[in-house]
Amino acid sequence: MMEYQNLFTQTQVTGPASHGVPINAYDMRERTKPFGFSYLMGVIGNAQLGPIYLGRLGVASLMFGITAFVLIGFNMLAQVDWNPIQFVRQLFWLSLDPPAPKYGLTFPPMNEGGWWLIAGLFTTISIMLWWYRTYRRAIALGMGTHVPWAFAAAIWLFLVLGLIRPVLMGSWAEAVPFGIFSHLDWTTAFSIRYGNLFYNPFHMLSIVFLYGSVLLFAMHGATILAVSRFGGEREIEQIVDRGTASERAGLFWRWTMGFNATMESIHRWAWWFAVLTPITGGIGILLTGTVVDNWYLWGVKHGIAPAYPAYFEVVADPALSAPMAPSAIQGAK
Amino acid sequence: MNAGLNKLLIILGLASAALLTGCERPPIDAVQTGFRGTAMVEINNPRTQEKLAAENIVPVSVAASPDGPKASAVYKNVQVLGNLSEAQFTSFMVAMTAWIAPNEGCGYCHNVQNFADDSVYTKSVSRTMIQMTQAINSNWNTHVKDTGVTCYTCHRGNAIPKEVWFETAEKKKGGMLGNRNGQNMPSPVVGYSSLPNQPFSSYFLAGKDAARVTGPTALPNGHVKSIQETESVFAVMIHQSNALGVNCTYCHNSRAFAEWEQSPPQRAQAWYGIQMVKDVNSNYIVPITSVFPPHRLGPDGDVAKTNCATCHQGVNKPLLGKSMLKEFPYLVGPPAGMPLKVAQQK
Repeated sequence: MMEYQNLFTQTQVTGPASHGVPINAYDMRERTKPFGFSYLMGVIGNAQLGPIYLGRLGVASLMFGITAFVLIGFNMLAQVDWNPIQFVRQLFWLSLDPPAPKYGLTFPPMNEGGWWLIAGLFTTISIMLWWYRTYRRAIALGMGTHVPWAFAAAIWLFLVLGLIRPVLMGSWAEAVPFGIFSHLDWTTAFSIRYGNLFYNPFHMLSIVFLYGSVLLFAMHGATILAVSRFGGEREIEQIVDRGTASERAGLFWRWTMGFNATMESIHRWAWWFAVLTPITGGIGILLTGTVVDNWYLWGVKHGIAPAYPAYFEVVADPALSAPMAPSAIQGAK
Repeated sequence: MNAGLNKLLIILGLASAALLTGCERPPIDAVQTGFRGTAMVEINNPRTQEKLAAENIVPVSVAASPDGPKASAVYKNVQVLGNLSEAQFTSFMVAMTAWIAPNEGCGYCHNVQNFADDSVYTKSVSRTMIQMTQAINSNWNTHVKDTGVTCYTCHRGNAIPKEVWFETAEKKKGGMLGNRNGQNMPSPVVGYSSLPNQPFSSYFLAGKDAARVTGPTALPNGHVKSIQETESVFAVMIHQSNALGVNCTYCHNSRAFAEWEQSPPQRAQAWYGIQMVKDVNSNYIVPITSVFPPHRLGPDGDVAKTNCATCHQGVNKPLLGKSMLKEFPYLVGPPAGMPLKVAQQK
């Protein structure tokens, strides 16, 4: 019997396009025909493009997503007086900002954050529809729902930043602008306003899982590539039928660090580390401003922020001893 | 295989070289300024320092004798500098001309037919500016110390100091789209970030906001400062950093920006500097707005005002800390509390 096997090779072997496993007549109907083969795609992945299953959820998600994208783009284009050259030159600076604090959670004038709210609503709808689409496709293929739940972890952070926390704080102004540099400035300002986010334990956890994900990804990728000459890419088969590749890979890690993950558990490690990055990060953001106002002082209070020896003469807040600048009283200075 | 690898290395090398063109080349001097491990470091590029040293040479001046007849007895209509000797008065007039209007000469401020005449607007501006200089040197020692300031500290041979700020008239376009929110454009004022690019009117006028945005207690206690206000403070801090040619850690321990107890002493001096700028703008410069002809005013009809860069011009101590007060001792005004006559705002 013919069996499809994914081989570890950079040689591209082209055969008839595979339309994928048949599920039922309805799902077959929704699939596009394969686009064909691309050498360049084959260099980084599978050379076969398609079939894509778009479906009603996919179409709706794309419509909302494209609308949001175009709304943000036209707002930016208007900011440079509809000049396409300036649009490209200033693109990294341009931004669609949330409403000013004075508007709270009300709907502001369109040019003062109204477009931001609409673009945000459409982005959120688009993402939620896309999430449901990944869930439905996973179910249709009889897969587990690990991919949609991992995606949901990222959506959680997105919703905390743009919806849940602003609502709890009572102001859309707390949310993140749509812009390249502006969202980075937002991040720095957020940390400064709330007394240094590095002292937020959930931010710490998020960094642990982020860097941990990177480390695990590198370890796993390197291990499998290193034993591919022994057939190591057939990871799942080697769980039940341990060959020389799996033996060597496991022994390598036991030699070097005394412990090894299994072909099965390494993927759980990777999944949980990746998923916990935005989950813990989202909790950290959610607590900021709502229950903690200054993470540095919180850290001092709970003994996690060390005191350093004095290095220069201690400065007192001059506003306590000296008055602020005299107010403008003409002729009486 | 090897040829491919070489090609890849060449491409990578060229790409990284292209990416690095915006950077300053090493070596860069780094001096530790705080406890080890806290990233408290002053970073200076020796090439930039050389350039700044050349730009900050103090002009040579000679102290005139305070003896002899008083200027008020010799000349008519000397309102502020009447107690100077004639020698001091004339040498100061010559120095001011060199500092402020080297090409235009006496006629820039004076009616050359009658020097006592007040008809040229620049003369009454100068009078207020001399009073301002005296007030800075006598009332703001907390910031200018004994070094003090003279006209040259800001003017450097320009009638209008190079670094000044105006209100920006926010252009309302069409109503529906295109609101830049006073930010999100590349501006040297805020180091080409997308921060609010005119943060001065919120901080550098009397009665304006304090920069205190960070929460004062661990848990929320009603201290409401929005992210936008924080970005505005961030912007004015970037301005200070640019104006003084220093980084954040010159005044702050970046682990806790708000904590005074962990800050270098420069932070307190900078705080007094901000109060001084408020005083100078609101009590000396804004009140004489109506004296200026329209072409000297900003798009909103406001006068050119000072910020940190007006004096500092890229160095932490203006003119690299050289004092000119020895030659011009009369630029230290009456002691604090003595009222100076300031032109009335119309």
